Amino acid sequence: MTPSLEVSGLAYAYPDGTQALYGVDVTIGKGERVALLGPNGAGKTTLVLHLNGILHGGLGTVRVGGLTVDPKDRKGLREIRRRVGIVFQDPDDQLFMPTVREDVAFGPANLGVGGAELERRVETALARVGMLEVADRPPQHLSFGQRRRVAVATVLAMEPEILVLDEPSSNLDPAGRRELAEILLGLDVTMLMVTHDLPYAAELCPRSLVLSGGVIAADGPTPEVLGDEALLRAHRLELPYGFDPAFFARR
Amino acid sequence: MTGLGHRLHRPGSTPVHRLPPQCKLVATAAFVLAVVCTPREAVWAFGGFALLLAAVAALARVTPGFLVRRMAVEVPFVAFAVLLPFVARGPRVEVLGLALSQSGLWSAWNILAKASLGTAASVLLAATTEPRQLLLGLERLRLPPLLVQIATFMLRYADVIVGEMRRMRLARAARGFDGRDVRAFGVLARSAGALFLRSYERGERVYLAMLSRGYDGRMPVLNEIAATRAQWAVAAVLPVAAVLVASGAWMVG
Repeated sequence: MTPSLEVSGLAYAYPDGTQALYGVDVTIGKGERVALLGPNGAGKTTLVLHLNGILHGGLGTVRVGGLTVDPKDRKGLREIRRRVGIVFQDPDDQLFMPTVREDVAFGPANLGVGGAELERRVETALARVGMLEVADRPPQHLSFGQRRRVAVATVLAMEPEILVLDEPSSNLDPAGRRELAEILLGLDVTMLMVTHDLPYAAELCPRSLVLSGGVIAADGPTPEVLGDEALLRAHRLELPYGFDPAFFARR
Repeated sequence: MTGLGHRLHRPGSTPVHRLPPQCKLVATAAFVLAVVCTPREAVWAFGGFALLLAAVAALARVTPGFLVRRMAVEVPFVAFAVLLPFVARGPRVEVLGLALSQSGLWSAWNILAKASLGTAASVLLAATTEPRQLLLGLERLRLPPLLVQIATFMLRYADVIVGEMRRMRLARAARGFDGRDVRAFGVLARSAGALFLRSYERGERVYLAMLSRGYDGRMPVLNEIAATRAQWAVAAVLPVAAVLVASGAWMVG
């Protein structure tokens, strides 16, 4: 089966000369849930913005469901942006339309979906995150947790090949965090979760990657990665105080 | 949270509320035009316009108190009109012991009456139409889409930016800043600059999020609902009546 995501030899330097990625290789199979761990400044966001062709111009290739990201091919790029659904960290950046319903419809409408099919997509996506009842409210009147869930729906409505979440647990209260985890676990979709919330990664993703200094420093089952204290310390990753990594291995 | 325009809007389901926004926009603009075209000497005509608006307000269940309070926005603009009778030249009349310019009095009346009627009509429009609906109306009237987009984003992000401003003010106050005199201006100016930068950066992030969901320069049309002839006809009642009054004023005058 074609993998959902294949990144090979990806290197990138920002126009000011700062090198962010030094040859990243990642393959994610269909239906996998993978955590991308790494300290601040490791290049996580740079990598994410390469997945749908917003950043480009360095070396290496990105393939999504077998289709190569090529910024010069406008039609292909549109398809890539349908296949890669990015949920950004601040839902206020993601939800820019006046009502939740219009925001969820924005993506599919850009893809040319309309009429009853658009309606169906919007309702299905909102129902999957349990937010159907707020469809006609303006995003700014929702709680932070609700906005994060709606942000996930805006991407689900595009029926993506891979769901990319940037720090999904940040700024959520414990209940909101758990509710989001339940929703994400219930989704039948390939998932790449960028985070430094290690327990959250352990809860949601069987496999973890560590991105550090612009390269993949580790790739393996999450309990093993989180159990390797020396590895975590070498890449500025830490479990919260009092956390026993053996707990993950037992599950 | 008080959203932009939410203090102006009075939710309801009267016939005025239910009219499509584009009809109400055109009706309001046409009404204001008719008012502006009316000669100032035809005092009775302005009474007629006021009665028309009162009828719409009654139909929309907008109370006179609300209308008058919201009309306060016009005060700074008409303050100038009050000065006119004192400063204008020409023949003078004696009013309560003051010698006032006749032409100045007419000009003041002209500004006051037309501005008040225009403001009242706009307040009625805003009271019966959600801000979001107004923008949809403008979109359906084929206003340049870029302008409507900008206004839509303003509506969405005004609260976010005001929230950011409030947090910055709290942070200043928490460190003992007390901006009461001129010396505070430097600090306030730097805060305004920081706010601008933050909003600018947010704009970039929003644009990235839009690109990621397939934005290619045009907003998708999501709410294309044309108004029926009947709705246009209902909306036309007010401006047509106003035009009749205005033409009457010209013929009599």
